[in-house]
Amino acid sequence: MGADGLQNTPPLGPKVPVLAPGHTYATITDKISAIVLTQKTKKGWWAGLLVGLSLLGLLHIAIGYLLTVGVGIWGINIPVGWGFAIVNFVWWIGIGHAGTLISAFLLLMRQEWRQSINRFAEAMTLFAVACAGMFPLLHMGRPWVFYWMMPYPDTMGTWPQFRSPLVWDVFAVSTYGTISLLFWFVGLIPDLATLRDRSKNAISRLIYGGLAMGWRGSARHWHRYEMAYLLLAGLATPLVVSVHTVVSFDFTLGVIPGWHSTIFPPYFVAGAIYSGFAMVVTLAIPLRKFYGLEDFLTMHHLDNMAKILLATGLIVAYGYGMEIFMAFFSGPNTYDHYMILNRMTGPYAPMYWSLILCNIAIPLTTLWSAKIRQNVAALFVISLVIQVGMWLERFIIVITSLHRDFMPSSWGMYYPTKWDWAVYAGTMGLFLTLFLLFIRFLPALSIFEMRGLAHELKEKEDGGKH
Amino acid sequence: MKSNRKPGKPLDLVQIQAKLDQSPEKRVWRGLDELAGTPDYRDFLATEFPHDPRADKQGVSRRNMLKLMGASAALAGLTACTKLPDQKIVPYAQQQPENFVPGKPLFYATAMPLAGYATGLLVESHMGRPTKVEGNPTHPASLGSANVAAQASVLGLYDPDRAQVVIYRGRVGDWSTFLTSMDQRRSDLLELKGSGLRILTGTVTSPTLAEQIQSILAQFPQAKWHQYEPLSRDTVREGAKLAFGEYVSTVYHLDQADVIVSLDADFLSAGPGAVRYARDFADKRRISGPESTMSRLYVAESTPTVTGGMADHRAPMRARDVEAFARALALGLGIKSGDAASPPASVSWIPALVRDLQNHRGTSLVIAGEQQPPIVHALAHAINDALGNVGKTVHYTDPVEANPVNGLESLKELVADIEGGHVDTLFILGVNPVYDAPPDVRFADHLLKVKTRIHLSLYEDETAELCHWHVPEAHFLESWGDARAYDGTVTIIQPLISPLYDGKSAYEILAVLGGQAGSTGHDVIRGYWERQKPGADFEEFWQTSLNNGIVAESALAPKPVKLNLQVAAPAKTNASGIEIVLRPDPSVGDGSFANNSWLQEVPKPITKLTWDNAALISPASARKLGVTNGELVKLTSHGQSVEAPIWITPGQADDSLTLHLGYGRRRAGHVGSGIGFNAYLLASTESPRIGTAEFEKTGKTYPLSTTQHHHIMGKEGEEREEESVAALQRKLVRGTTLEEFRKDPEVTREEGDGNGPSMYPSFPYNGNSWGMTIDLNSCIGCNACVVACQSENNIPVVGKEQVSRGREMQWIRIDTYFEGGLENPAMYNQAVPCMHCENAPCEYVCPVGATMHSPEGLNEMIYNRCVGTRYCSNNCPYKVRRFNFELWSDWTTPSLEPLRNPDVTVRSRGVMEKCTYCIQRINRVKIAAEKEDRELQDGEILTACQQTCPAQAIVFGNINDKGSRVAKMKAQSRNYGLLEDLNTRPRTTYLAKLRNPNPEIKE
Repeated sequence: MGADGLQNTPPLGPKVPVLAPGHTYATITDKISAIVLTQKTKKGWWAGLLVGLSLLGLLHIAIGYLLTVGVGIWGINIPVGWGFAIVNFVWWIGIGHAGTLISAFLLLMRQEWRQSINRFAEAMTLFAVACAGMFPLLHMGRPWVFYWMMPYPDTMGTWPQFRSPLVWDVFAVSTYGTISLLFWFVGLIPDLATLRDRSKNAISRLIYGGLAMGWRGSARHWHRYEMAYLLLAGLATPLVVSVHTVVSFDFTLGVIPGWHSTIFPPYFVAGAIYSGFAMVVTLAIPLRKFYGLEDFLTMHHLDNMAKILLATGLIVAYGYGMEIFMAFFSGPNTYDHYMILNRMTGPYAPMYWSLILCNIAIPLTTLWSAKIRQNVAALFVISLVIQVGMWLERFIIVITSLHRDFMPSSWGMYYPTKWDWAVYAGTMGLFLTLFLLFIRFLPALSIFEMRGLAHELKEKEDGGKH
Repeated sequence: MKSNRKPGKPLDLVQIQAKLDQSPEKRVWRGLDELAGTPDYRDFLATEFPHDPRADKQGVSRRNMLKLMGASAALAGLTACTKLPDQKIVPYAQQQPENFVPGKPLFYATAMPLAGYATGLLVESHMGRPTKVEGNPTHPASLGSANVAAQASVLGLYDPDRAQVVIYRGRVGDWSTFLTSMDQRRSDLLELKGSGLRILTGTVTSPTLAEQIQSILAQFPQAKWHQYEPLSRDTVREGAKLAFGEYVSTVYHLDQADVIVSLDADFLSAGPGAVRYARDFADKRRISGPESTMSRLYVAESTPTVTGGMADHRAPMRARDVEAFARALALGLGIKSGDAASPPASVSWIPALVRDLQNHRGTSLVIAGEQQPPIVHALAHAINDALGNVGKTVHYTDPVEANPVNGLESLKELVADIEGGHVDTLFILGVNPVYDAPPDVRFADHLLKVKTRIHLSLYEDETAELCHWHVPEAHFLESWGDARAYDGTVTIIQPLISPLYDGKSAYEILAVLGGQAGSTGHDVIRGYWERQKPGADFEEFWQTSLNNGIVAESALAPKPVKLNLQVAAPAKTNASGIEIVLRPDPSVGDGSFANNSWLQEVPKPITKLTWDNAALISPASARKLGVTNGELVKLTSHGQSVEAPIWITPGQADDSLTLHLGYGRRRAGHVGSGIGFNAYLLASTESPRIGTAEFEKTGKTYPLSTTQHHHIMGKEGEEREEESVAALQRKLVRGTTLEEFRKDPEVTREEGDGNGPSMYPSFPYNGNSWGMTIDLNSCIGCNACVVACQSENNIPVVGKEQVSRGREMQWIRIDTYFEGGLENPAMYNQAVPCMHCENAPCEYVCPVGATMHSPEGLNEMIYNRCVGTRYCSNNCPYKVRRFNFELWSDWTTPSLEPLRNPDVTVRSRGVMEKCTYCIQRINRVKIAAEKEDRELQDGEILTACQQTCPAQAIVFGNINDKGSRVAKMKAQSRNYGLLEDLNTRPRTTYLAKLRNPNPEIKE
């Protein structure tokens, strides 16, 4: 490329298609459904599944040991009562945000490029929420009584403490999980019918047929379907903002310096979208490569997502900046001042500076360049870097705020144990396993929406000719 | 049992073998099967195992079934079975009825002998199970308080590792065999007039035991009695002899002293009268307003101690420089003190101190430390004499010990006798010299030369291992006895419970030796006192003495002494190497409490180390020697070496290492064996406590567990401790000088103090509203409250590794902060229980409402509702909450079950816990008051920490009652709450610390 490389790769305009030219309804259906129905299972898929199942096995062992011995197998202590479990919870739930944003928010915004990424982004959301949802349960001292956090009339007349953000969490996460599942499943119905119609195998026909719930593709079906989908989108959109806001309340409602901050809700939401889109990029790039879906997942998508990364990354950077500003603005000898100095120079300073490197220094300098945005390999690496960065952000928030709070006599350190790592790696295994099963057994891209997209594009093209 | 065995034909394997030998058939059998086939063997089997399994073929008979059922029912109940002593014991019946009411505890007065000296105790007993130890208010050495060792003694009683059976030559024996054997031995010895008989005990203050030994010595004129105590007070005794020409005991009156000088004496936490001295010291420094007065304390010491932490002027110096300091002080006061070597250069204020002492004739006091050589003690006596303090702030009595001797000399004499072949029967009663004698005595080697070695002790310890006979000793809570306190007051020790493992007391062993086998401890003790108080009113005397826990008017009368001190010139020391000072461990003492996990886990004062001893070193020396915390160094002295981990300690004297004794036990038990290093190995007969050692780095490290981290920061020479800097900046500990306080009593108030605004209306408290104050001016940081709380509230221990992970469980902790340079900082001790905040941050974050506010203002923990999210702890600004990360409580060891306080839940895994203000005690008193239809009295409810506090720094009560002590304390201008700027409105508040420095001294 050379020095004038930037000029050679102009920013993508509307000319770069969201769907490669030449696709008809039939080719789209063939191509996407073939992954599920006709293609031989790829060796790479088996290898991935082996990794996923191994880690899932590790998760089972770790949970078994956890339930036998107690949360003492982790590195948590007094003062650091929350460790990897909460870090991972927030991280996973943040990752889950992109799905809703793409499915619902972008749908309402009529962003047509969402249609090739929404299906697997929704699946990703669902699986991320499943991973996230395990942590609040597992981190409890007595997980077998988790249902005490639900409001139900019991004989003792006891109710949850409605002032506690953890109870709000229960509602927020369970609502989010339910809506994500519904949205994903509703979105799947027409494609399940397609799979039912195309499968050669009686058993799969029976399963897909059952799941398709009698979808025949009549106009009335389509009418109601569109209405339901739109309504669900309307319901889900506030969740994009609310879920992570509630998650941030777990911290902001505490009195601990580093937690007690009004900037958390917006900056948590931005951070969630940041990490979520990073995860979509991380998944999209291998997916399009291994299954030859470059026609559907075009550079247009990747470029758009990279821009969203840039935008949300800037909001996150603003959040960090504000945190630092407020601490210094409060003046020396305040708790917040000490907290920030401790993050920057204390025992966890390497983590803090890695966070700045991963979340700000690397992505926010590189993603301005169209050349990098369109370099698939670079984008893949950056997306991974952001995920590491966002994990470190949660680590910094949870751990460094707790480890040195008000009473210096109680200051301590948190060191994760091998079991902390085992559970974390285990949930990655769960995620990987679920995701691989998903792309093997369900259409990873929305067939009917892609067909709709092809139609719309053709109309536009035809309209141009007139 | 039906057996074919003919009567009168005892068989055993030996006979079978003999029979087989005689058999004309082949001599070799091919296997056990063949042997088993012989009729003799079958016969043998039937007698050896009378329960022939073949008999069971018909199934269990109805009769057997009933027998089994009965037995298992009895066995199932066994763990809960406790037995009161057979003899009548007398409860402390000030308020309690003299009988059992289920659920209502009784209190019995008794005493704990520690290194021979008694501290009076009241022991709480639930249905015959002693569960909690308190001080006895009528006992002069206690005044109602108890120290860590006493508080933890109840765990020692139930320790499953205690010796449980008589051991003879490494095998399980029994008491009757022992009696038979002793009977034989006794008659042999009688013939020999006791030649070869030696008795080795610890320090004996017990009048009965002394009389027993004297009568034995009368029966066996050639026998000898030796006393060796590892934490000896030899130098104290020799110092008195040097000054007065005879052994005397010294009693201090700290409540009369305006100026106190400690010459390396940790009189507030070590030594027989420490609990009482801490009370008197605190009383003299109690502040109620600007008009109050305080004593002034000067301390010269090598290592920061509890006493040093309270000093108004503290001079860290090598322990061996204290002598020069004492000589200089004496010289300043006009006492001929030999050629005064120049005092340590760092102490510039000796002339000011001299003037201060001269201005306080009769109200000053100089105290020398136990590890200091006799000359320092003698100089202290001379100074007190010169200042006219004798009879005012100090008085002398006849020795409290029944037969004062120099323990080390006594031990050396014993060893010399053994070496000379003069000893063939040695009774070792309650001491463990194989572990704690200086190595150059080579006690173990010599012990093995004695033909018959009999050992009595609580554990099968290092000495037991080398003795023929080992008899399990009865714990003081399960045996009769008597002992004197520091001032001579006698307590008759009454048992709370029958010996759990058929242990015997020294009285019973000596009774056997004295030819009174069969007399119980009770017979011996009562017999002695009957002889002392003959007459019809003996029964009344006995009842009263047991009831009150003291024998009336038994304190020794002040004894006039005449100072006759010729001070020699200081000896030239040319020892090489770094100074080492061997001190008793603040928790496990001389090592006899090594197996007590409460004492192992309680963070040691100032260093906050748990489960280990270390070589304490000053920051400057650590820099000079290039060592860091946890680095193992090799110390060699007199050919013995130990590897000790370094612990950098602010306030430690340069070029001096402090090593705590009591660790490195080989046979302490499951808890105490193999932890730490044995500092006794560095002792020698010439320098039992203060010596020198060669210092060598090993390059190895050793993990030490501490509950409070210390991060040293700043430039060389200006080091500060990060935590302490933050704590002072945050005004968590506050202090000023008496002078400043008098000028402005509000001087310790800070911006942000008091209640901030709230959106919610305040909750109305119409009845009780509980609150607590902790006076930092009184708190000495001795840990008694921590262990008292652990005992009262069934708090589990977690072990060294878990402590290092930050999971210790004690509900109250003592925070230590340093102010000023680390070479000689001022120290603050701050006891931190739950604050019971009115706006508690823990309460609103709990998702299940497991922590709630009570209508009396308590922040309550509902264990069975807790799901363990730990959110409450995260949100607690004071970090006083403790979490059961795993199953810490011991639910399986049967002997620990009776230890538990039945009024407090034993917590399980996964629940949060914390200080409750001893809600069980509040309710016990409230219920009693309600039944009697009366108002609660102030001071009627004592929390466990408050009750045992030797300095009475903790006050608890009803804030609504404006006349209550706690309300008055809170009304003082020194009162402040922790982190009140968060508007948590804590109910536990603190009173700022005051120092009373000499205005002449500018530091």
